[in-house]
Amino acid sequence: MDGSIHSSAPTVTMAHGGGGRAMRGLIEKILLPAFDNPLLATLEDQARVPLAELAAHGDRLAFTTDSYVVTPIEFPGGDIGKLAVCGTVNDLAVSGARPLFLSCALVLEEGLELEALSKIAHSMARSAREAGVSIVTGDTKVVQRGAADRIFINTAGIGVVPAGVNISATRAQPGDAVIVNGNLGDHGIAILLARNELALSAAVVSDCQPLHGLVAAMLKACPDLHCLRDATRGGVATVLNEFAVSSQVGIRLHESNLPLNEVVRGGCEILGLDPLYLANEGKLVAVVPGTHAQATLAAMRSHPAGRGAAIIGEVCATPPGIVILSTAIGGDRVVDMLVGEQLPRIC
Amino acid sequence: MRYADEFRDPAKAKVLVSEIRRLAAPLAAARGRPLQVMEVCGGHTHTIFRYGLKAMLPAESIEFVHGPGCPVCVLPMGRVDDCLALAEDPKVIFTTFGDAMRVPGSRGSLLQAKARGADVRMVYSPLDALQIARANSQREVVFFALGFETTMPSTALTVLQAKRDGIDNFSLFCNHITIIPTIKAILDSPELTLDGFLGPGHVSMVIGNRPYDFIARHYRRPIVVAGFEPLDVLQSLWMVMRQITEGRCEVENQYKRIVPEDGNEQALAAVAAVFELREFFEWRGLGSIDHSGVRMRREFSQFDAERKFAVPNLKIADPKSCQCGEVLKGVIKPHQCKVFGTACTPERPLGALMVSSEGACAAYHQFGRIDLKPAPQAAHA
Repeated sequence: MDGSIHSSAPTVTMAHGGGGRAMRGLIEKILLPAFDNPLLATLEDQARVPLAELAAHGDRLAFTTDSYVVTPIEFPGGDIGKLAVCGTVNDLAVSGARPLFLSCALVLEEGLELEALSKIAHSMARSAREAGVSIVTGDTKVVQRGAADRIFINTAGIGVVPAGVNISATRAQPGDAVIVNGNLGDHGIAILLARNELALSAAVVSDCQPLHGLVAAMLKACPDLHCLRDATRGGVATVLNEFAVSSQVGIRLHESNLPLNEVVRGGCEILGLDPLYLANEGKLVAVVPGTHAQATLAAMRSHPAGRGAAIIGEVCATPPGIVILSTAIGGDRVVDMLVGEQLPRIC
Repeated sequence: MRYADEFRDPAKAKVLVSEIRRLAAPLAAARGRPLQVMEVCGGHTHTIFRYGLKAMLPAESIEFVHGPGCPVCVLPMGRVDDCLALAEDPKVIFTTFGDAMRVPGSRGSLLQAKARGADVRMVYSPLDALQIARANSQREVVFFALGFETTMPSTALTVLQAKRDGIDNFSLFCNHITIIPTIKAILDSPELTLDGFLGPGHVSMVIGNRPYDFIARHYRRPIVVAGFEPLDVLQSLWMVMRQITEGRCEVENQYKRIVPEDGNEQALAAVAAVFELREFFEWRGLGSIDHSGVRMRREFSQFDAERKFAVPNLKIADPKSCQCGEVLKGVIKPHQCKVFGTACTPERPLGALMVSSEGACAAYHQFGRIDLKPAPQAAHA
């Protein structure tokens, strides 16, 4: 509950977005100390990144952006700040890039407690440090109460792709193996439970984590990694449908090989949800040549972000553009793209 | 996972499938067509597709006919429009189960009404809606009561609780329906060739098994009340095959771990206290069926949204191109409908069978696309 109307704790006001002294104070007191780095500290209108520093890492720039609007802003295993860093880091990482710099644009709802903002800024800073990236430029806007849900964050990121790495959704080939780095759907269920609407309680923690270290380890084991994506909204099913369509191949999954936390499985059973469509924030789906499947799996399992890695299926020639699940009981079904949101069933 | 994995054992499934195959082959050969078994309940349709059971069974001797037991799917457009009219009242917080939000009316769905500014909230139980009413005493909270006998008791108990607690800003838009008259209407349809039924497990948990006696006695069709795990469905199908083979027509209960012979007395008492039969109720695709819906008794008028608000009570004909009725009666398969996958898709459903994951058309579209033969009608449509 947002009880800040009546609380006396200092809160964000429209003045903090006015471009004047209040805004400067917010930046200097909360954001600069948290993000603390020399590129940001100059407080120019843009960060200036030496090209040589980029070129040392590879031969192509990777550039991405994402906005974060999660409710609630804090949940078991993370918060919107950690999400805003890890999400963008991961979007870079799955190209094989080494993530380097992030921007941070904040849209704050009037009335957000400064304490909460400070907590989020520090969470972003901590996650950035862990991921080895710097937050080098940013923007702050304040909107009227009701025009945003406490805080929205946009982060853009740049990274550099090492020479020779060529990961693309179009490269899946018959004979390739499909690998994930651990339990599916933890984030989706953790958020559903954190909203407290289900009157269910269970210890599920979001998997929110940076993946670039894991990707580097995978590339070492398998430099010719074919496809790689992080399975966020829409889950593993959506990513695999994208691979199947882009590469015009079939993909066959094996239900009994899907890594699932028992609590998540239970939650899905109760609510009529399919874990293949649940959101993740620290899970990737890789398609690697069959010849390198075991070596990649071993490399993943020896990395902290890949301990639960599993081969969940394989690429086949037919039917092109379609993902099929071999069910544990011995049947087959199509795993289609999701239409809209997954809605719980009546009975 | 306990209480789930036991009912999904592949070795046991294999044995059941081979037994079903053995029994069904001569029966189908004698008829010169596959045996048609209707799973009445949408939950069974969901199980059949989610676990890929259809692909495990011999298509030449077994055919599932997907019945009318998906409450979301049989809701006529006029009732959805009535929901929209209620939801658009600025006083009203309109509460609903999640999968009812996408059902199309003539002016769009509740999801679209929400996007236009109506206060539509998804709840998981009618008690959640009552809680919202307690927390918003200056607003009117309407719960979209929907479903067969499975969900009726929880709605009834919620109304009784609201009355006890003197909550006066809570009401139901009652669309509860009852399965028996509808099964009867299907059995009376002249086009029908059904050989047996899988009975609805959760409805039977409330009403028991006796209400199905007429199916066995009068219509001479076997019916097995079935659970919702894949082994439940396979075992029930095997029980139907055995009845046909042995020339029996009986009501059997496969779902004994949940379904008591006489149903749930307390649940039935709550339902009887709050609801009474309507003279008739409109079903999408099937038309008006006598005594197939319930309304609230007069003594609960204060909780009846149809009395409390000016509900337009719209009658809107099903879209002409829609063949939901023929699909519901098992006359055609979902993919044989003229608009399946073209004018009617899960993204833009024309008929409600395309909306819910329990709807036969959505299930065919989502889970089954691999093995579909082109529709005979489509060629000259």
